Amino acid sequence: MKLPHDIQKDFPSLHAMGMRAYLDSAASSLTPVSVLEAMNDYYQNFRSNVHRGMYKTAGEATERYEAVRGIVAKFLNASAPEEIVFTKGTTEALNLLATSLGRTFGPGDEVVLTEMEHHANLVPWQEAAKRHGFVLKYIPITKAYRLDMDAARALITPKTKAVSIAHASNALGTVNPAKELAALAHAIGALFILDAAQSVPHMKVDVRDLDCDFLAFSGHKTYGPTGVGVLYGKKALLEKMEPAQYGGDMIREVKYEASTWNDAPMKFEAGTPNIAGVIGLGAAISYLETIGMDAVEAHDRDLTAYALEKLPAVPGVKIIGPEAGERIGAISFEVAGAHPHDLATIFDREGVAVRGGHHCAMPLMGKLGVTGTCRASFGIYNGKEDVDALVEAIQAARATLKL
Amino acid sequence: MEENLYMENILDHYKHPHNAGRLEDASLRARELNPSCGDVIELFLSLDACDRVRDVKFDGKGCAVSQASVSMLTDRIKGRPLAEVLALSERDILEMLGIDVGPMRMKCAMLSLRTLKSALNEKH
Ligand SMILES: Cc1ncc(COP(=O)(O)O)c(C=O)c1O
Repeated sequence: MKLPHDIQKDFPSLHAMGMRAYLDSAASSLTPVSVLEAMNDYYQNFRSNVHRGMYKTAGEATERYEAVRGIVAKFLNASAPEEIVFTKGTTEALNLLATSLGRTFGPGDEVVLTEMEHHANLVPWQEAAKRHGFVLKYIPITKAYRLDMDAARALITPKTKAVSIAHASNALGTVNPAKELAALAHAIGALFILDAAQSVPHMKVDVRDLDCDFLAFSGHKTYGPTGVGVLYGKKALLEKMEPAQYGGDMIREVKYEASTWNDAPMKFEAGTPNIAGVIGLGAAISYLETIGMDAVEAHDRDLTAYALEKLPAVPGVKIIGPEAGERIGAISFEVAGAHPHDLATIFDREGVAVRGGHHCAMPLMGKLGVTGTCRASFGIYNGKEDVDALVEAIQAARATLKL
Repeated sequence: MEENLYMENILDHYKHPHNAGRLEDASLRARELNPSCGDVIELFLSLDACDRVRDVKFDGKGCAVSQASVSMLTDRIKGRPLAEVLALSERDILEMLGIDVGPMRMKCAMLSLRTLKSALNEKH
């Protein structure tokens, strides 16, 4: 399976931003026209709140909003639309879990994370651990930038209440062995949570095949709009869980003395949601399904292999991440003698957009002994010519910095 | 202002920083970091009896802009009266650097001044 050769025409911002190569899709991907049109349609033709009004457009808004639950459920191979909770992104989804599940953990309990977590899957757990007295453990990474699975087997014990890991690392590109970790977690009765912010945009993610209890991803990294994301949870677990935010829409009955909660997923969606965002996310997923996740994955793998061949051939370049194989097209690298911010600035002048910095993974950077890295990451609109542009930009930077 | 961020003198200061190191007997010190990029500067100052900067050193890690900026700043304040050092502004830093820093890198350029101000705050 191959991506359409003229896919770039679906992404007007690619041209409008006037760059030679946009290589920062792991930070945020660009948005196809069909997503913009779907959101525009909402604002122009059925702009109403959801779950409330008795008039026609309110009904349409509610229907279109709720239909996206079905689209997302099918995309993730969830069992039912009720397993899909809309959030403002991965960060909010993970906060919801840390807040709500965290309250049920206490002294003597442990939550297992990895050393390569994004701050979004680390700081919420730290805060919950502080409040409720449980302890965090981190699965270490090996010299090959992969999880040390022997250590994982030793760290996941009967004390473990939850294992929460990045499916794919935004800082290293590593894809972690989710199924194996799910089995380890479930063997001792712990919950298994996947931060899929970086995997969902690049590969087919099947929650039932992976057997994860919860999974989070962001719309804006999945060719959708900003400000919307998804928390998937197994129905039985969502039903048992307490909400993390309170207000309108999430209640069943409110009295001055006390209130009761709506059913899942509604009890997790307090207040007016990002209606246009959810509708846009639905359009983004439909777009991806039309071109096919197999083609998306194959394209990512091809470009990654090409970059892993070309980049290390430039003097001074070192890849900070695993070799081809179980990895995504988010490629971190160093250029000897150059700071990632200086590189990113010089690349920008060459029309090449990359991210330079700690990638919201400060503890990992400390462990690797770097202040940060440069990261080039691919989207479905990138081609080999973008990797070539990056190679030229690195050469230009070496000249500017007199390396 | 020079267009090129990476002029000879910026790169010189970056690769061969002036006043690098630590002052164990510093009367003023501060450590500041730039949370968006992790650049860090630790600044040490000692004052003489007439409130002049007797010595200054810095320990830092970061990009060319932040590290050249602090290297130049230490040259700029060494031996100067405290009142003059206290009056330094962002504009002085930009003039000292002599480059068009641009909005994206302003935080890098100003980390030196921010660290200096927080060291001085200890006293004032
Ligand atoms: C692995 C990972 N987790 C979580 C997040 C947070 O996503 P968001 O900022 O969309 O909430 C990101 C985004 O950078 C990420 O890469």
